[in-house]
Amino acid sequence: MKWTKRVVKHVIEGLFTLSGGVTSLAILLIVVFLFKEGTGLFSSPVLERGYTLCVNAANPVECLDARQIKQLFDGEITEWQEVGGKEGEIVLFRFEEVFSLYGEEELGEEYALLPRRLEEIVAKTPGIIAFLPDEYLPAGEEIVKRLVAGNISPAQFFGGGEWQPTAGPAPRFGVLPLILGTLWVSLFAIFLALVPGLGVAVYLAELADDRTRQWLKPMIELLAGIPSVVYGFFGLVVLVPLIQRVFDLPVGESALAGSVVLAIMALPTIITIAEDAMRGAPRALREASLALGATHWQTIYRVVIPCASSGITAAAVLGIGRAVGETMAVLMVTGNAAVMPRSLFEPVRTIPATIAAELGEAPAGGTHYQALFLLGCILFAITLVINLSAEVIATRKQGKGLGV
Amino acid sequence: MNKKVKQAVAFTFFRLLGLLVVGILCWILGFIVYNGIGVINWEFLSSSPEEGMSAGGVFPAIVGTLWLIAGSIAVAFPVGVMSGIYIHEYLGNRWIVRVIRVMTNNLGGIPSIVFGLFGMALFVQAFGFGDSILAGAFTLGLLILPLIIRTTEEALKAIPDSYRAGSYALGAGKLETIFRVLLPVAMPNIITGLILSVGRVSGETAPILFTVAAYFLPKLPNGVFDQVMALPYHLYVIATSGTDIEASRPMAYGTALVLIIIVLLMNLLAAASRVYLGKKVKMD
Repeated sequence: MKWTKRVVKHVIEGLFTLSGGVTSLAILLIVVFLFKEGTGLFSSPVLERGYTLCVNAANPVECLDARQIKQLFDGEITEWQEVGGKEGEIVLFRFEEVFSLYGEEELGEEYALLPRRLEEIVAKTPGIIAFLPDEYLPAGEEIVKRLVAGNISPAQFFGGGEWQPTAGPAPRFGVLPLILGTLWVSLFAIFLALVPGLGVAVYLAELADDRTRQWLKPMIELLAGIPSVVYGFFGLVVLVPLIQRVFDLPVGESALAGSVVLAIMALPTIITIAEDAMRGAPRALREASLALGATHWQTIYRVVIPCASSGITAAAVLGIGRAVGETMAVLMVTGNAAVMPRSLFEPVRTIPATIAAELGEAPAGGTHYQALFLLGCILFAITLVINLSAEVIATRKQGKGLGV
Repeated sequence: MNKKVKQAVAFTFFRLLGLLVVGILCWILGFIVYNGIGVINWEFLSSSPEEGMSAGGVFPAIVGTLWLIAGSIAVAFPVGVMSGIYIHEYLGNRWIVRVIRVMTNNLGGIPSIVFGLFGMALFVQAFGFGDSILAGAFTLGLLILPLIIRTTEEALKAIPDSYRAGSYALGAGKLETIFRVLLPVAMPNIITGLILSVGRVSGETAPILFTVAAYFLPKLPNGVFDQVMALPYHLYVIATSGTDIEASRPMAYGTALVLIIIVLLMNLLAAASRVYLGKKVKMD
């Protein structure tokens, strides 16, 4: 009997030990999976997968980068000389055009003759650049030359100002507008929430009697408990039309709407943490201040608030963290235009909203999919830095702001 | 200005801010309740969406959310409680505790959409669960794990060491002390945390977007490998992308109200359990 008991004891304690490491394991797995998928982006071709750019074999151009390809297909570059070729006009050719040049019979059964026809077209036009699916690529390199397009580089990704993940022939993955959009909306939200949040924290920590606190605290907890999709819905049907009317905008979905919703959502975080910090102010300091003849209010802003300054900073930082990661509410009210934020009254798009809106349409393992995972990595990194710094700030020596 | 006047001005300002926050809460709750109360009746709660989700009810979404709650609790509760016990009762105060605590806090701070991405990569694809209750439950389980670990730790921390010493003095081993003395005393607080995490799970949308939620699926799930509808995702769908957004507004108000009621109920339950179970343990 004794040894079974001992085995059971060891098994249970083993389970405890395993469980103790579960959060660390989860974080490790999250990092591994996000980065594995995300960094795959940098070994992905610039072009849409399964397609190749071809030119006439007589053309000396060997490779093009993503920006050149885009400008070329947008009609901003029209001369081969501009991309290092010979003199001559660029003739754009998209794969679909072949169907208007040749009838069904000429393409043969099951498009068997299609590669041959494409070859003819390329041979006929010296200045051509053709965007063709690999499936129907003409064989041989004597007449049709394949261009090397290269891979997506980190510089393009982190420094790029355009996010057009479904643009052809070369999708654009530039995260700057998304990062700036996220920071823009979140920082303004904290700007809105900070004064009311700290004010309520002062009220709760210093002024309210027990009975008031007893019903105010649960209300703030409730504010934190309301699902973000409900906030988003409320923003969509109340705030968005309100903002549109008050500021006379063409659309109410804007950075401002996102900031207001996020400010409301960040309030409970800020209030709770700042209140805890203010309560932590040593009683001796408080009484010393009162004994010197300071009023209650003077004591609050000369002693309690400086004393709680690290906790208050941590509250603001964690509020930003909450706002940066918020997905559904922002997705529903900001209008989601992937452009550089210029004002509060225009639609913007944040990183989480981008992931939520686009992941469903991105084929698993594709370039777009990898780009969204890399966005997830960025978001993860941002919130990690925010959480760690909040922790460092909060554990800083209390009373530093007083110079004690 | 006199310092007394200054104080009066400042304090009035803070009182007004307090009122402002209460006002915002009442505005949101009042708006949803006012618009949604007329929609909710037995039929709304017990039938499937009809006519492009502009009529009918939310029954499949309620069932789906219940599945997800049960699943994620089944995943997170045992692991979370054991983890809390290990951290507080076995590790004591070593440096490793700080590392684990930092990790737990960070896991709690990760945005929910990142959990969604991770759940999709690991559970849906690497483990091959597909879009299923199982994948969703694991993803949501990870999301609430830090909350459960933290409440367990706090609950154990609140128990005076004399309980432990008393138990050892009577000849009980460590495990017996944990299961017979510490857990029963800590349970009310742990259950409070559990109830709050139920509220959290029922409202989360981002983690289930790509792991379990179905756009429209009137049939109920047969097992853990099925997709389900869920209330928060259903609200998102009918608020933003239904076939006829104006016509489905009443449905959206109703769904939002159901969500709010669940959250309210969970908060009330948590408060009640704090009071009721707390008393019961003391009497024993």
